Amino acid sequence: MTTQAAISGHEADHSGPNYIAVFIYLSVLTAVELGVYAMGLPQAAKVGLLIALAWAKAVLVAMYFMHLAMEKRALAIIAIIPVILVTFLCFMLLPDLTTRMWTKFDHPRPVTNPAEMGAHPVAPPPMQVP
Amino acid sequence: MSEAAAVDTHEHGAMHADQLEPSLTPGNMGKLGMWSFLAGDAMTFGAAIAAYGALRIGNPNWPSPAAFLGITTTAIMTFVLICSSVTMVEALGSIQTGRMARYRNFMALTVLGGLLFLGMQAFEWHHLLGEKGMSIKVDLFDATFFILTGFHGCHVFGGVVYNSVLLIRGMTGKLTPAKANLVEIAGLYWHFVDLVWILIFTFIYLI
Repeated sequence: MTTQAAISGHEADHSGPNYIAVFIYLSVLTAVELGVYAMGLPQAAKVGLLIALAWAKAVLVAMYFMHLAMEKRALAIIAIIPVILVTFLCFMLLPDLTTRMWTKFDHPRPVTNPAEMGAHPVAPPPMQVP
Repeated sequence: MSEAAAVDTHEHGAMHADQLEPSLTPGNMGKLGMWSFLAGDAMTFGAAIAAYGALRIGNPNWPSPAAFLGITTTAIMTFVLICSSVTMVEALGSIQTGRMARYRNFMALTVLGGLLFLGMQAFEWHHLLGEKGMSIKVDLFDATFFILTGFHGCHVFGGVVYNSVLLIRGMTGKLTPAKANLVEIAGLYWHFVDLVWILIFTFIYLI
């Protein structure tokens, strides 16, 4: 049975989505996320898996709790536009990563506990670029 | 659903879960309005999360979130929010089928879930501000954390107020099954808040 089929109506009184099935999927995916977090995988694999799991959960919420799966296509287009624009925004931020001055200098986290001040002096403020 | 069918269900107060509010008819623009607002809100959250990512990737000394942020409390918060989404759709299904007592119970549970989430977030912030020495003024790690989770917390608070108004209107008889579309529109907002938390939980806490 597909996920779509499993989520589609089961109750006799209406043919809406099976919200309990969606809830179970979301809970299981959250548990898998916590498992991935605790497994000690290489960072790239961990990040990729966690982002994929988060998107799977977000799509489940949008499709079934927010009814996009049963709605007119116009609403789905409204919903997808921010996703496309934020994707472009991520690419637009890439040049910033390569040109930002302060990334080239070592600025350790400032020490907030006075007892540690001697061992780890507070870092100077980031360089001001005119 | 045809116009005739929509009129019929409104008149008899016996809507079913599959008979949703018409999306783009001139007489019923509430859903379109909420979706338009959510699209704008999604851009705000998207821009904030993208900026967080850029700042984090660009800083080789970005602290490991695991060193500061415990995930036990936030995993429970995630579960609470998912549960409150389920109670919200059950509240909608109840009012659409004219079961007002059931609607009030599920809407009360939804409000309770929101309050529980806010309480746990307050507990977490108290711990981080006190024992962990975090503050919005310390560095970008702290600033982005408090801004993103705080902005989301404001949305949860707004949702609790929104849902409470619908609960009170249901208790005083001002909200009837004929106006079930108001609950569906509120539900869109509430589920969006849940959806955003799913992403914040991953990007801020887990990665």
